[in-house]
Amino acid sequence: MTRVWLLLMGVLAIAIFATSLLVIVPNTMIGQVRVPKQLAPYTEQEQRGRDVYVSEGCVYCHSQQVRDTLYTSDKQRGWGPRPTVPSDYVYDKPHQLGTMRTGPDLINIGVRQPSDQWHHTHLFNPRSLVTWSIMPAFPYLYTVRDSSSLKVGETFYRVPGGKLPPGKVIVPTAAAEALVAYLKSLKRTYPVPVGDEPAARSIGGRSEHTMP
Amino acid sequence: MSATLSPTVVGMASPTTDMENLDIRLRADASSRQVAIRAFAFAVIWLLIGSVFGLVASIKLHTPDWLVSNAAMTFGRVRTAHLNAMAYGWASNAMLGVSVWIIPRLVHTELRVPKAAEAGLYFWNVGMVLGIIGILAGYSDGLEWLEMPRYWADPFFVIGGGLVGLSLLSTIAVREVDHLYVSVWYIMAAFIWFPIIFVVGNWPGYSGVESAAVNWFYAHNALGLWLTPVCLAAAYYFIPKILGRPIYSYQLSLLGFWTLGFFYSLNGMHHLIGGPLPTWMITTSIVASALMIIPVVAVGVNQHMTLNKRFAALRYSPTLRFIVFGSVAYSLVSLQGVFMAFREVNRLTHFTHVTVAHAHLGLYSFVTMIMFGSIYYILPRLLGREWISQRLITWHFWSVAIGQIVYLVPLTVAGMVQGVAMADPRTSWEQVVSAMMPGLIGRSIGGTLLTIGHCVFAYHVFLMFRGAKRRQGLPPFHDVAPIVTRRSKATFAAGGLQ
Repeated sequence: MTRVWLLLMGVLAIAIFATSLLVIVPNTMIGQVRVPKQLAPYTEQEQRGRDVYVSEGCVYCHSQQVRDTLYTSDKQRGWGPRPTVPSDYVYDKPHQLGTMRTGPDLINIGVRQPSDQWHHTHLFNPRSLVTWSIMPAFPYLYTVRDSSSLKVGETFYRVPGGKLPPGKVIVPTAAAEALVAYLKSLKRTYPVPVGDEPAARSIGGRSEHTMP
Repeated sequence: MSATLSPTVVGMASPTTDMENLDIRLRADASSRQVAIRAFAFAVIWLLIGSVFGLVASIKLHTPDWLVSNAAMTFGRVRTAHLNAMAYGWASNAMLGVSVWIIPRLVHTELRVPKAAEAGLYFWNVGMVLGIIGILAGYSDGLEWLEMPRYWADPFFVIGGGLVGLSLLSTIAVREVDHLYVSVWYIMAAFIWFPIIFVVGNWPGYSGVESAAVNWFYAHNALGLWLTPVCLAAAYYFIPKILGRPIYSYQLSLLGFWTLGFFYSLNGMHHLIGGPLPTWMITTSIVASALMIIPVVAVGVNQHMTLNKRFAALRYSPTLRFIVFGSVAYSLVSLQGVFMAFREVNRLTHFTHVTVAHAHLGLYSFVTMIMFGSIYYILPRLLGREWISQRLITWHFWSVAIGQIVYLVPLTVAGMVQGVAMADPRTSWEQVVSAMMPGLIGRSIGGTLLTIGHCVFAYHVFLMFRGAKRRQGLPPFHDVAPIVTRRSKATFAAGGLQ
């Protein structure tokens, strides 16, 4: 090649073509997804919890998506009754779909584990409940206190499994409370909203998903 | 080193052209010297920082109660600091250095506006420091490959990369050659693509699955349109340079370049196979991923045929050894990537450590090895002194070569076992976790070997900067006979060379 301008135009054309196809066109298509009636926006506390989820990097081990029930075991593993659809994520900013499952999927963790006690003791030290877990412990989200020092009405949790000396309990920080509120809010078990069925989204060809 | 080889392998040019070419090269090198030296210094510092983060993150996965009292040291942040330090700190700084050094040489003129390039380099590294601190302090943007804070850190990369690109484009604009060599195409394209994809990827306002689409549009293009082209440019430059023979086929270079840009730029959605995105987007990316076989085979055949019957040269040139290692890894990782994009394979490998191993085959075995090779060639020419120790180079090479095998093989196998276990709902999650354990431990051992290699390399670079004197009189590898062709081997045996 001897012409710089030709190279320049070709290179720009590639960037514009790819951006149009994978960013601009989908934006106009899936940007109009209707909000499911059963899906409530995150409360202020849940959103703060989501920010904790993002800043601690939970996404590097936990996905938030249920895939096709025909060719994956996501449903049989109990991660959700149906594949998730775009409208399930309308309030998620940034997305946390994830690309790794060192731990299980969490898009329906609020259904599987509705207990505050479970979440807090598990976050403080996962091995207090699941001995073989390789999830990091998050002791910095809690203060360890003498049970005698607690005031009336203060929330506290005992940690099983010998992870704390006798007489000590954990008191969650605001960040831990918010994170658990967010985790408990993760529920995508309502029926697929009208207009967001996988078949309605595919243009020709076989659909990625099959209705459960 | 290779410089000592050149008189025996370049026999075509007349003495006058040799002298003219030498003068052009000296002027070109002098013009980029200041920027390239600083870029390599930054790169090596980030390499060490990134190695520590990587090793800590790896150990944490099988020792989960280690270093948990401080939020900045939690796995999710350290792992992210590792990726960003390596991709943007080590690899990108090294690539900036290689680019400003190669372009003036290839267009036979001095680097234009070197002050802009130097300022760009500083901008880039200020962005790095802010970005890594931001991630460790918990201000991640939450998108893979785009974690550095959007408003504090990212503008520095756009301005920094843009300034270096400006300097390179100005240099190409006043070139004193008619024909543009293939390495020029790749570098020029990379410096145009990077600011575009980085701005698109960081654009605020996307949520939900759109945010996922934009995320993976960027993240895969960071490999395909930024790291890959510059590293291929280096391979295309050094392989023919060191062997003293032209690239095998101009047509294959042309085919490889345009198909790389066109197909690679559409690959991103294969990271979301099975996910809640429109089917046509994912299918487009799977098709484009399969078509990647065209540029990969074109580049692989082209570089292999250039090397053909000259493999003995790998023993005498550390640059060539690292670069050829990287080129072979490029073919391997790309072909692996093609298969991993198919739905039937992806349903097993998706969400497993196979992906992590695959990413390291790309970013380490390809990108990092090519950058090591390039620095081994360029740094002596910038500092005006030869590498000090043959032994340090040998240790570096074998430590990282063995380290990669120990890292990649167990992790890939464990990832496959993990994938098969996950696909079977009767396998408990405890069994899935125990299936990945050997791979996680293998990774820590391999990562330790890689880190040792990086320390050896950094120490050697430090000695070079300090101007340490060699103990022996001749440069490393000088005393080894430069036998690079069969014929010259025979000549050498007959005592035909001095």
